[in-house]
Amino acid sequence: MTPLVGYLLLSAMLFAIGLAGALTRRNAIIVLIGIELMLNAANLNFIAFWRFSEHPEALTGIMFVIFSIGVAAAEAAVGLALIIAIYRHYKTSNVDEMDSLKG
Amino acid sequence: MADSLDQIFVLLKHWLVALLPPAAQPLVAVVLSVVAIISVFGALFAITTVFERKGLARIQNRYGPNRVGIPFTKISLFGFGQPIADGIKALIKEDLVPRAADQIVHYLAPIAMLVPLTLTLAVLPCGRNMTALDLDAGLLYFFAVGAGAELAVFMAGWSSRNKYSLFGAMRAIAQMISYEVPLILSTVAVVMIVGSLSPVKIVEAQAGYGGWLPDWFVFTPWGLAGFLIFITAATAESNRSPFDLPEGESEIVAGYFLEYSGFKFAIFFMAEYFGMFAAGGMAATLFLGGYAAPAQWLNWIPSWVWFFAKTMGFIFFLIWIRGTLPRLRQDQLMNFAWKFMLPMALINIVAVALWHFMTPGIPRWLVCSAVVVGPYLLMGHGLMQNQHVGKRVYRYAD
Amino acid sequence: MTIPFAIIAVLTIAAAVGAMMLRNLVHCSLALVVAFVGLAAAYLQLDAQFVGFAQVLVYVGAVAILIVFAVLLTRGGEAPEKSVFSSSWIWGTLVAAGVFGMLAWTINNSFASQREPAEKVEATVKQIGDALMTKFVLPLEVIGLLLTAALIGAVIIAMKEEKK
Repeated sequence: MTPLVGYLLLSAMLFAIGLAGALTRRNAIIVLIGIELMLNAANLNFIAFWRFSEHPEALTGIMFVIFSIGVAAAEAAVGLALIIAIYRHYKTSNVDEMDSLKG
Repeated sequence: MADSLDQIFVLLKHWLVALLPPAAQPLVAVVLSVVAIISVFGALFAITTVFERKGLARIQNRYGPNRVGIPFTKISLFGFGQPIADGIKALIKEDLVPRAADQIVHYLAPIAMLVPLTLTLAVLPCGRNMTALDLDAGLLYFFAVGAGAELAVFMAGWSSRNKYSLFGAMRAIAQMISYEVPLILSTVAVVMIVGSLSPVKIVEAQAGYGGWLPDWFVFTPWGLAGFLIFITAATAESNRSPFDLPEGESEIVAGYFLEYSGFKFAIFFMAEYFGMFAAGGMAATLFLGGYAAPAQWLNWIPSWVWFFAKTMGFIFFLIWIRGTLPRLRQDQLMNFAWKFMLPMALINIVAVALWHFMTPGIPRWLVCSAVVVGPYLLMGHGLMQNQHVGKRVYRYAD
Repeated sequence: MTIPFAIIAVLTIAAAVGAMMLRNLVHCSLALVVAFVGLAAAYLQLDAQFVGFAQVLVYVGAVAILIVFAVLLTRGGEAPEKSVFSSSWIWGTLVAAGVFGMLAWTINNSFASQREPAEKVEATVKQIGDALMTKFVLPLEVIGLLLTAALIGAVIIAMKEEKK
């Protein structure tokens, strides 16, 4: 079985990739995709720690991930609805151009 | 004797695996299961295409294909050689790809459709001890992998860069995600009674013969309602008539697989039929007792014969419905899913809970039937208020 | 480092990088789907079968389709005319690299390298169901409320306003 460090490094790398995408891309939907990747990386972390823990019969890691998946799905739905509503107003989904509150 | 006939494929597999050194045995066992599934369901696909064309033809008062035999010989198969001819045609046809199409996605879409629907066939219990993949969460696996086919529909429609394809793909996805909810909720009722998500345990829970009917779930009020919801939602999930607006030939010129020709179209076709087989197999597993015989004295017929008979019965029902009912419009389709089937599936769950907690007897039957039939009549009456369906009038040409 | 894990890891990371760097939005969403499937395979390797299948059902079957619909509704299907990266992309990448470096250093210097896995772990659906109904029943009800609120909220936000 792959050691725990392998899974944790994979999770850290996915988190970093998601963060890089969320910080550098212009389109609002890609920012949301980056956020979903970060949430998934955290879920992988939970499952890896659950598998390698001393009391796996407590199922804590699995429970956390089940609720996390549910919350992430709800958040993606609301976030995408917001992006669609904003697109209707600004006619663009470019985050650099949504700056009406600036200055 | 009857027992060994029942287990003949399992014994054959054990014998073949034992011929090899122990190091390679797990791999060969897996490969044999995969080969068995693909070859059996592939052959069944070929026969089903002929049955569909002949069945539809007879409903429409004409003959179907009845001439193709084995090529280059004079053996007449009365039309059952048609799949051979269709296969050769699909293979040698020119594979047209539009120049503006997205090449990679266009190439991957048929594969992305076929692979999930073939994977779903792995958890079906085709007979006693004949499940390829006996998972603890087998039902969840079935629906999870089946949901992967929806993305392939989108890939096919979008990559063709064609407005009609995109319309068809969007309609197909909206339809598939709408009907996925009643489909899964109707199976929740069965899972509640059995207490397990494994198809093998669900079949074993229906193995008794109490009274003059077998213990199948379809012979209970909630089981009948669940079965009807399941087969309606499964028909919509496979984009079959009367829910085939996304691919109706008279509406949108074949919809999302408009730009596909030759072998890629044949792969889409095969994927759709595998979806139908999976839905039929799961309906047989969940509600019709799986591989169990209808009566104790029919147990000498092997279990896999019963399973495939029930699945082909479902396929026959689908072909019959396709030839008979008119197509539903997109908004009628969505209204039906969200305003009728979803509440009925939720009420079915209430009925199952009542069934479980009441003592067996006549009152249980009456209460559960009332809980299921009452809302059905009320909702049907309420939803049909806006439709003023007049008396049927025939107009003949003079 | 077993071979299946290496394959899954390479596939997932390549798909994630593709999801963040491709120009065409629909290609990004499809690469994201591959990343989700790779993660589900990692969950299955860690003997968490229910979570793996739930991941495919929820993320691939629902969230990915949501993203694709949103891309099409906001006209993201055409190729963008300017660069897809914002003008300050250097800083974003540096921050992400810094985060990764810190996490990797922490992981390597922690107790994680000494953890040994248990021999056989059982996480049957029945155990998960029991836990959900006894120990975790309050989060279950709360998440039901949360999903209802999100459903109604998303519909209201994205609804077309009536022209007065």
